[in-house]
Amino acid sequence: MKISTFFYILKQGFSNIKRNILFSLASIGTIVSCLFLFSIVFAVVMNFQSGMKEIESKVTISVFFNEDASQETIDLIGEQIRVVDYVETMDYISADEAWDTFCKQNYDNPEAAKAAYGDDNPLKNAASYEVTLKDVSKQAEFVAFAKGLDGVRKVKSSDVTADSITTLSSLLGYASVGIIVILMLVSIFLISNTITIGITVRKEEISIMKLIGATNFFVRAPFVIEGIIVGLVGSAVPLVLFYEIYGRVLEYVAGRFGVITSIFAFVSRQELFKYLLPVGLVLGVGVGLIGSLLTTRKHLKV
Amino acid sequence: MIELENVTMTYPGGMTALKDVNINIEKGEFVFIVGSSGSGKTTLIKLLLKELDATKGSISVAGYNYNKIKRRDIPKVRRRIGVVFQNFRLLKDRTIYENVAFAQRVIQTPGRYIRRRVPAMLTLVGLADKFKSYPRELSGGEQQRVAMARALVNNPDIILADEPTGNLDPKNSMDIMNLLNDINKRGTTVVVVTHNKEIVNEMKKRVITLKKGVVISDEKVGGYIDED
Repeated sequence: MKISTFFYILKQGFSNIKRNILFSLASIGTIVSCLFLFSIVFAVVMNFQSGMKEIESKVTISVFFNEDASQETIDLIGEQIRVVDYVETMDYISADEAWDTFCKQNYDNPEAAKAAYGDDNPLKNAASYEVTLKDVSKQAEFVAFAKGLDGVRKVKSSDVTADSITTLSSLLGYASVGIIVILMLVSIFLISNTITIGITVRKEEISIMKLIGATNFFVRAPFVIEGIIVGLVGSAVPLVLFYEIYGRVLEYVAGRFGVITSIFAFVSRQELFKYLLPVGLVLGVGVGLIGSLLTTRKHLKV
Repeated sequence: MIELENVTMTYPGGMTALKDVNINIEKGEFVFIVGSSGSGKTTLIKLLLKELDATKGSISVAGYNYNKIKRRDIPKVRRRIGVVFQNFRLLKDRTIYENVAFAQRVIQTPGRYIRRRVPAMLTLVGLADKFKSYPRELSGGEQQRVAMARALVNNPDIILADEPTGNLDPKNSMDIMNLLNDINKRGTTVVVVTHNKEIVNEMKKRVITLKKGVVISDEKVGGYIDED
């Protein structure tokens, strides 16, 4: 394509929007609201997921050994667990460490309590591997696997936590995908409508173009450019807006409800936009592109 | 240059607009195609521009056989045909200059060439001083001359004029015809579809007469045949 042709088509794309400004604004408006909603959903999902990662990392499984297990057996068990691909971390907790932790968690004065028991550690058989998984939904599988290992006495896990996290996360995933798909379909429909109107308004011009010998590409391109511009503006506006708003919300929450931020680490604005910006732009431009391509294909045959 | 062999055109509704039409137009000819309304003139033009596909028979224009032509070659053959319409079909929101330049932009002519070629065409049709005007500011005859400039600007092999004088008074009609004649003398094939009796008789060119979709006469130097 020649450069002059490119600029001509670009200019025509802009003038399509100008000529048809009300409808163009209407479709930009729809994309803006769709993508704004999308941004909110996206931020919630991302925060939720990062929260879940945190929780997941706290969902530990303890693998206890037979009372007579030798150090070799324990090491062997460790080796076998370590090579499982969905195991995130594995720490060895000795009986003494377990006792220490227990005292700290259960007595006001752990030192005194320990002294009272003296050398008689009630948890002397409680040495274990504390395992965390990359994906909590694999918990049942891991428990079954660990129980089958030689020298393992008991595997302790919290099934309730794991199950509810898995369910909640997939539920949220489905819901957000559903919402986003619906919003995108609405946007495509509206863009397609706007472009159909543009084509109707310029029917005469298009038919003259064709009779003079314009290629399909040349006739369609300005409308596709129109769709892309509408998509681009429609995605840039809500992204900029949401960038501001998200920052303020984080500031507000940190200022007013400091407690929350100490329990739950929000995803930072930079981190969020590292994903939201490209996804939002691709969605906006993609919606514009698909809407206009479908419409021009339908209406502008030679 | 233009060849129709046993061309029949039946519309989906069952109406047959052209029946077994054979027409052969050589390069450089000036031909009138005449007939009253309903004779199939408009259908013939649409077939030549490949807006419609013939039901039967074969059409070839400028070396392209329409039965075998690829979709992407349709614009190429159209570029070799300059079209002029009865109602001018100028773009009302653009100046005269832009209207003519449009025909070149559409086929992706470089800008510097457009800037040279458009004024030359407007001079040829005698409208060089009106390049900034809009179509509504011009008379019918002037608008038709703009349409001629647009048809000519891409240097077509064929000029196809559909009732070019239909909306014009006798004086303007004659001007347009003289312009077409000049263009023809430079080697361009000219096909004029009309039912303007005076002009056909005046010009003394080849005349093909259609009646109810059938060619009823084809004379080297003909006149308008009154059907009644």
